[in-house]
Amino acid sequence: MTVWIEKQRYIIDFTISSLLRRKVKNIGLLALYTLIVFILASTMFFTYSIKKEAKLILQGSPEIVVQKIVAGRHDLFPVSYIDEIKAIRGVADVESRLWGYYYDSLVQANYTLLTPSKPIDESTSKARTTVVVDPHDPRAADVNKPLYDYDGAAPEAGTLIIGNGVARMREIGPGDYMPFMAFDGQIMNLKVAGTLASESELVSSDLILVNGQDFRKLFGIDDKWITDVIVTVKNPSEIATVAGKIKKKLHDSRPIIRDEILRTYDSIFNWRGGMMIVVFSAAVLAFVIFAWDKASGLSAGERREIGILKAVGWETGDVIQMKFWEGAMVSLTAYFSGVILAYIHVFFTGSAVFEPALKGWSALYPNFALTPFVNAEQLTTLFFLTVVPYTVATIVPIWRAATIDPDSAMRHTGE
Amino acid sequence: MRNSSLFFLSILSEAVLLGALLLHASFSETTQRGILEHKTMLVKNLRLTDLCLFTEARYTRHLSQADLNTAFQDHPLSLEHFPSGSFTEPNLHNDIP
Repeated sequence: MTVWIEKQRYIIDFTISSLLRRKVKNIGLLALYTLIVFILASTMFFTYSIKKEAKLILQGSPEIVVQKIVAGRHDLFPVSYIDEIKAIRGVADVESRLWGYYYDSLVQANYTLLTPSKPIDESTSKARTTVVVDPHDPRAADVNKPLYDYDGAAPEAGTLIIGNGVARMREIGPGDYMPFMAFDGQIMNLKVAGTLASESELVSSDLILVNGQDFRKLFGIDDKWITDVIVTVKNPSEIATVAGKIKKKLHDSRPIIRDEILRTYDSIFNWRGGMMIVVFSAAVLAFVIFAWDKASGLSAGERREIGILKAVGWETGDVIQMKFWEGAMVSLTAYFSGVILAYIHVFFTGSAVFEPALKGWSALYPNFALTPFVNAEQLTTLFFLTVVPYTVATIVPIWRAATIDPDSAMRHTGE
Repeated sequence: MRNSSLFFLSILSEAVLLGALLLHASFSETTQRGILEHKTMLVKNLRLTDLCLFTEARYTRHLSQADLNTAFQDHPLSLEHFPSGSFTEPNLHNDIP
């Protein structure tokens, strides 16, 4: 065993010095290879983490949302429909929702205005930070400060609670006033009562929570109308049945169930991940051609080198082992470096490379740190996508070259 | 030091670094669980339906709530002109009869 290990080490020593003789070409190949692994791994980490986070967070979203549809577009929902939905067997509760968009021409951003309903769980406001602080440090964090500033209660009339993205962009905070132009052209000045925590930006960055009266005054919506309703079902296995019944009873309605919301996000990120790979596919393809050419097409110098090795007593098996180590060394180094860089890129720098594509033209983009969800399956898939094909590609053509006669290999130096 | 020793040392250190990052992932998952639960509670309390990722147009903000003809919402003849819209798959088919 020791003899075998020593032999492999000598082969590796020789392979490294052989690779270093063509330094520029091999370092270029390694850098390109690492870049490709980095892009693939970043896409994989990002899409998987955001899909998982969306799935976890959106578990809290409503079981069924019912919209009213007029000419294919969603329209205001008549309050009178609520009783009709309540009468359906299996429905536990029906709640109205008031929400809409407000375009702020000053910063050219769309806000989501929302009127909070009654809080479901009051425990959210009791969450406390557990940081040990120096009592003499005036800049230290307040240990008694709630982790979330917002406790779920509706804001009072004339006040609003803003998402952290809005606060950051408008550079405002509690106590400041925010002007809105109502539907009739009148200016409404609403006082900022609080901000939503920055940790929740992924869902709340553009939110503005307002009182129901202010909402109706701002958009000119009569009491007879709401935006849509949320239906809670007694038995979770009956959600689809209840949604079907709603559709049957109210022909102009469109029920959206939670599963559809989750599936929408699942497919969006599959699509986005796919798009990312399509965008980078030209680079991947160029690399594949380059790597294939490098790995399979032996240069005259390499052919001569094999000839000399065979002439000095190397066996075919030894030459193949040498080429195996060459492929394994390049691909393993690229794999590890690429994956490490991708992890740092996605989870420490906030996916700086992908941000422009995700951002689109939005002026109001959330600052969020993804929870690193990485599993063995992703790493194994990457390994089999990158290391294995390259290593195999280096061995197969060498088989032919290694079996030729050393004399003829050395003679064909000019080809 | 021999070249082979240098190679194994570098591969080993990269593997250890990757292992440390995976450990970081597993620890962060545990520490972030609280924040994730709070986000879920915020979504529950405010009855939210969507992530705040694509905010350039109102129909990309609440993707799961958007009309089925979202792509042509501005005008029946207008082509999709917001980057998010073109990167986003059309809304899923509603299974409800």
